[in-house]
Amino acid sequence: MSKVLMKGNEALAEAAMRAGCKCFFGYPITPQTEISAYLAKHMAKRGGVFLQAESEIAAINMTLGAAASGVRAMTSSSSPGISLKSEGISYIAASDLPCVIVNVERGGPGLGGIQPAQSDYNQAVKAPGHGDFHMLVFAPSSVQETVDMTYLAFDMADKYRMPAMILSDGLMGQMMEPVEFPDREVNPVEKPWACSGHKNKREHNIINSLYLKPDILEDSVRSRYKRYEQVENELPDAESYLCEDADIVVTGFGAAARIAETAVNNAREKGIRAGLFRPKTLYPFPKKELNEAVGNAKAILDVEMNMGQMIDDIKLYTECRLPVYFYGRTGGNIPSAEEILHEIEVCSMKGEKAECR
Amino acid sequence: MNYSFKKITILTGHYGVGKTNLAVNMAMYLRRTGTVSVVDADIVNPYFRTADFKRLFEDNDITSFCPMYAGTNLDTPVLDFDMENIIASGDRVIIDVGGDDAGAFALGRYRHIFQKYANNTDMLYVFNMYRREDFSPQEAAGILRDIEGACGMKCTALVNNSNLGAETDFDTVRSSFEFGRELEGLTGLDTAFTAVPEGSPQNEGFFEVKRMVELPWERSSR
Repeated sequence: MSKVLMKGNEALAEAAMRAGCKCFFGYPITPQTEISAYLAKHMAKRGGVFLQAESEIAAINMTLGAAASGVRAMTSSSSPGISLKSEGISYIAASDLPCVIVNVERGGPGLGGIQPAQSDYNQAVKAPGHGDFHMLVFAPSSVQETVDMTYLAFDMADKYRMPAMILSDGLMGQMMEPVEFPDREVNPVEKPWACSGHKNKREHNIINSLYLKPDILEDSVRSRYKRYEQVENELPDAESYLCEDADIVVTGFGAAARIAETAVNNAREKGIRAGLFRPKTLYPFPKKELNEAVGNAKAILDVEMNMGQMIDDIKLYTECRLPVYFYGRTGGNIPSAEEILHEIEVCSMKGEKAECR
Repeated sequence: MNYSFKKITILTGHYGVGKTNLAVNMAMYLRRTGTVSVVDADIVNPYFRTADFKRLFEDNDITSFCPMYAGTNLDTPVLDFDMENIIASGDRVIIDVGGDDAGAFALGRYRHIFQKYANNTDMLYVFNMYRREDFSPQEAAGILRDIEGACGMKCTALVNNSNLGAETDFDTVRSSFEFGRELEGLTGLDTAFTAVPEGSPQNEGFFEVKRMVELPWERSSR
């Protein structure tokens, strides 16, 4: 297959169709609009359903319905729209339904702005809705990885019967890069639980999230958490770059990590032993990989396009053994490689002396 | 390059073909021999647009016009240029139009002005064959017709801007010549020029372009 030049959003939409997504429900919001626009143009031609819902809330509940029928379904939005979807996400998790939810993050809180941000880390990883549950969260840092993770998100959502999120941002979604679509077959998973018509050949299936007896509800949550254990063993993924001998390990995900990589290279040229640790899955978080990456480090510099959200997980999973510094831009501003290099230089001077902040 | 730019150059095309990168390169090129105005008439895309180059234009004494709210958080599809005066300035004018027919539609409001300068205006249809795997010359011709229909003006020539972003080399461009010839046949238009990366062979049909629309990690910290 040959390379093409695509926007992150278009490539994600194309990958979703190739991964066997049959139903898409959306509602317009910048900067995710190209996902909807692309699918509106192409979905019907390829035997799928595109539907612009009357609201984000309607779109997520349509996604729930389509997933319940056993087809691969997706919805996408940007930050404020994801907040509206949170009730539906909780219902989907409670119903053990697989689906893909895309968040092309923009500046917040509130209506915020339309420029890129990563301020929805906590929302995606800690509390995408009410109740005890998790959602798979993938954080791409290139258009190619957006494509690869879209396939993976559908596969893993089906495998573990849980919602999966692609946590993109305005920069990932809007930028253009050469991309190649993998040549692969879609292998439909058996879904004996799906409400797809029993044809009088089996008991009818029920998709439900309401439990009137506490013991039964507790059992259902506990069995879900058993599955999360499996997820946490099998799925964590991360990239470690120049970490083996690094004094300073920069941590970051998505677009911020990509910029940090340039800064790490520039730091190396200046003789500072810097490395980069980039989680690709935010839930499950690659805890073991993080600890390996900072094995020889004297300090960690966490870089995000927010006020510091993943930093809490970095401290938690390294048990605050090392000082963890933070540099972030927010509100739609993007940190420059120059700014990050400056922070690396400052950290390399402070080294071990500082307290864990 | 054989092609000589007219007083007014309107750049149209599918979004993401590289109109902005081309507009910035053209402005720098034309500035060597005269005064230049660049108009960012993109109502479609709030990201990666000529308005981002305000600083470069200022440093090079290139006049730039952008919609009132470009680069802010207000995503309003409004064009409020005094096009008559921009053209009357005597500068050569480059107009970077937003993608597809949706972007071209807004340009139609200035049609009566461009008609007055018809002999000295080129509306260039910019294409990039790498925009999609199954992108065909037929589809490219269809987009061209949609754009013409939306703005009520006719394209006068093609520009081959086939590229793969930062990975573009001359072979990337060379592989698009066949696509370009087919598109010429389908539209009856000539190719004004082909955009090629720095270091490509010299040819009278080539216009050398630099990669100006960069991503944050391409901007080194040195």
